[in-house]
Amino acid sequence: MDPSRKRVIRLSVALTAALLLATALIYVSFSAGRDEFTASQLLARAEPGGQYILAGTVLDGSVHQQGSTLLFSIRDPTKHVAVPVRYTGIVPDPFAQGRAVLVNVTDQDGKFIGQQNSLTTKCPSKYQAASGAYN
Amino acid sequence: MALLGHTLLLLALAITLYGIGASVYGARARRRDWVDSGRRAVYALAGVTMTAFVLVEIAFQRNDFAFNIVTQTSSTTLSTFYKLTAPWSSQAGSLLLWVMLLSFWSSLVLFLTRRRLREIAPYATAVLMGFAAFFDSLACFAANPFATSSPAPTQGAGLDPLLQHPTMMFHPPMLYSGYTLMAIPFAFAIGALISGRLGSDWIRDTRRFALAAWLFLGTGIVLGALWSYTELGWGGYWGWDAVENAALMPFLCITAFIHSIQIQEKRGMLKVWNVSLILLSGTLAIFGTFLVRSGVLDSIHAFGASTLGVPFVCLLGVMILGSIGLVLYRRPALRAENRIDSLVSREAVFLFQNLVLVAMVFVIFWVTMFPLISEAVTGTKVSVGPPAFTPFVVPLALVLVALAGIGPIISWRRVTAANLRRNFTFPVASAAVVLILVLALAHASSKPLAIAMWTLGSFVIATVLQEFYRGTSARRAMTKDAWPVALGGLVRRNRRRHGGYLVHLGISVLLIGVAASSSFQHSHDVVLKPGQSTTVDGYRFAYVRPTEAALAAKISFGAVLRVTKGRSYVTTLHTTRGYYPSTDNSTGVIGRFFAGAADSTVGLDAGLTRNLWAVTSVNPTPLSGYINQGDKYFADYLTAIMPKLSKLPHAEQNLVLDRYYAYRDEAVAGIARRFLTHTWPVEFLIIVAPLVTWIWGGALVVVIGGLIALWPVPVLARWRSAAVYRARLARELA
Amino acid sequence: MTYVIVLLVLFIVVFVITAPLRRGTDDAPGSDSGGVPDPSPELLELEAARDAKYREIRDAELDHQTGKLSDEDYQAVDSTLRAEAIEILRRLDSLTGRRS
Repeated sequence: MDPSRKRVIRLSVALTAALLLATALIYVSFSAGRDEFTASQLLARAEPGGQYILAGTVLDGSVHQQGSTLLFSIRDPTKHVAVPVRYTGIVPDPFAQGRAVLVNVTDQDGKFIGQQNSLTTKCPSKYQAASGAYN
Repeated sequence: MALLGHTLLLLALAITLYGIGASVYGARARRRDWVDSGRRAVYALAGVTMTAFVLVEIAFQRNDFAFNIVTQTSSTTLSTFYKLTAPWSSQAGSLLLWVMLLSFWSSLVLFLTRRRLREIAPYATAVLMGFAAFFDSLACFAANPFATSSPAPTQGAGLDPLLQHPTMMFHPPMLYSGYTLMAIPFAFAIGALISGRLGSDWIRDTRRFALAAWLFLGTGIVLGALWSYTELGWGGYWGWDAVENAALMPFLCITAFIHSIQIQEKRGMLKVWNVSLILLSGTLAIFGTFLVRSGVLDSIHAFGASTLGVPFVCLLGVMILGSIGLVLYRRPALRAENRIDSLVSREAVFLFQNLVLVAMVFVIFWVTMFPLISEAVTGTKVSVGPPAFTPFVVPLALVLVALAGIGPIISWRRVTAANLRRNFTFPVASAAVVLILVLALAHASSKPLAIAMWTLGSFVIATVLQEFYRGTSARRAMTKDAWPVALGGLVRRNRRRHGGYLVHLGISVLLIGVAASSSFQHSHDVVLKPGQSTTVDGYRFAYVRPTEAALAAKISFGAVLRVTKGRSYVTTLHTTRGYYPSTDNSTGVIGRFFAGAADSTVGLDAGLTRNLWAVTSVNPTPLSGYINQGDKYFADYLTAIMPKLSKLPHAEQNLVLDRYYAYRDEAVAGIARRFLTHTWPVEFLIIVAPLVTWIWGGALVVVIGGLIALWPVPVLARWRSAAVYRARLARELA
Repeated sequence: MTYVIVLLVLFIVVFVITAPLRRGTDDAPGSDSGGVPDPSPELLELEAARDAKYREIRDAELDHQTGKLSDEDYQAVDSTLRAEAIEILRRLDSLTGRRS
């Protein structure tokens, strides 16, 4: 087999592999991905049984502990709405009212249940989140 | 002092602009004096920025709360050690650190190469000063570390307790050094492309710059993982967080470069590829800096302030377009001199390794940026997260480890059956033995990926041991030295190769640890009362008693856990959850002591074969009745004594207030003590994970290997060896 | 007080940066402050290439000793590398005007 033909074959193999990888990536991204919504978007577009990521700031005064479940509300950055969440699992150290958080939630008949151990909080000293109080 | 500091930053900006102008003019007009002046501008920049940084540190040590960054991140109760590190916990302070480190490393490199690379260095200086100008303007105009407020507050917000950890002193400077060191090979590559000088001396120096950047960045990444594991309350060391990925991507690119450059050195191939890798690494380093600061992606690290996002995007655009343009412009000079002969050769292995690494970078980039990509395409932010990374990264990592084993023992150009037999027998046999042992002893058949990693990791370790053994015995045959001496001599004569071998060894140990600790960890979330216990992976964790401590800086509630296995005592773990007082007075006179930031102190027993890790989250809610009572009582008390207080002379006022504070503190301590006297069940997260220590041990070996590879050959030894070869070759010349 | 410090820093900076410019006009271009001519870029390039070639020769030797190159392969590789090294040394010699 002459060298230039070898090169063409190698190039085709490499490109095919790259294409396969790209396809697999795109497939996994869209199938395993969850939509990330603010509070107002979630209330508007959530469907029962759907899994979403809720992003926003913890509403002042909304944090309560009920046994092993943590209750809190996430407010919308611009609108006067908040979504109440019931969450069990690890609560990150920086979590508090007024902090920016992300939590995976499932819509169970209008109630939003946080997925266990999915709550993450942004480092408060560095991030200027929307305030926890409506203003 | 604020004016002085800000003026220094403006002066620094002027210096950078001069440096760019002088260097470019000197290069184009071939005027050595202007080039030297441009280089000295870099030294001057280092001096000025270091002075500015010292001013910031002084402000922190003096508790000068007129400065916003001191108020935001420090307090009078902060220890001196953390006052030293607090400057870089804020956006503005960290920008200044970035410029300072960039100018420091640039000065060092330009000083060391001042007689070499003379056609490249001026352009490199201009590029580096360009970066410095960019970051310095951000510090001057967008996030000024010397910004002040008047009137100055009397107390600061304090440093986030999560950052009060020794690793936090080193992690940002290490990472920033890694990022700024990435700018240097980038700058020299731009210079080489502009001047057309893409030869051996550029390769040799770029390789060293790249290795230094790789070392610092890698250390920064590992320190971050170590901090995450020992300080944060989630028990993991890597979360595929956007900022973690941002540091990993340039690291992987440079790893690829360090290998593929050897092919260019030996066979004059892959020139476009190599220069593109360097340019990509530099761009990814700036991109990583951008990700952390722009708030564009969700991350626990994000600095926020999206006003910084736009300038960064512009800079990245310039870098990308400039790089592509220059590479296309110099395509003739980058023609390959040879082609790969056989797909079964060391060149091919290096090439596959490069492709795997680039594929990994692409995967990480895609999944990290996916929320933005999907938002741009579909209008909704779609987040994927860790479940998307592992199906791709793990198989790619396995291939990488396999190649790391095959590469060093396969021959250049082409391989023969005899060569295979001679070199692969021992490593393959060792790997097979490990595989059998693992399958037999570890009940691991359900975790094929972990088994694969252990097998391949053992393969690599065996190849490294074989290489060291054979090299040492070959040297012994010549020099008749004892084993240790021969080993030392071998490593000294071939630092790059043997440093590289150690890195392979370290990475294998590290990945074996990662595979074990992620596939075989047992974690348990449980609520316990004192006296109760739970069993995790054969270890019995008994909650012995609660602990409590009320200090001025924080209140901590904790637990003592006694760990036993079977009938023997293993260890005792102490874990606490600390509550720092909040500066927000609306949470109540007493309540604010329980309402501030919280952090966990992990109870950790790190062993060679397994780690026992426990945290507790003690919720102060059962105390809220007493806290509310206390709030009301003390608020009323203060209101009652206020009228009398204002009529008293100053000294007596202070006495009354001091008594009030002492009374209040006693109340806080008394309430906190109820956790001991009237305790309630608390939640524990307990994790038993094998081989976690191997991760840190492996990382240490990697660092040592990198240092050996980077260590400069003493000038004398270089002359001697050059003379020896010259003599031998001279005989053939004659 | 601040102004004094700023002026002092400015003076030092300007002094340091303009030093080569103040000296430069009477030295020959291409030489440094000591008056010693710097090695030419071609010379540095050849020296780097020579060092790289020596390293390759050493590496090949080590590869042979540890069994990754067979005897015949090693002879072939070694003589090729030595020929390339000799070529580099010849060009170095012609540059420096030295006789071997």
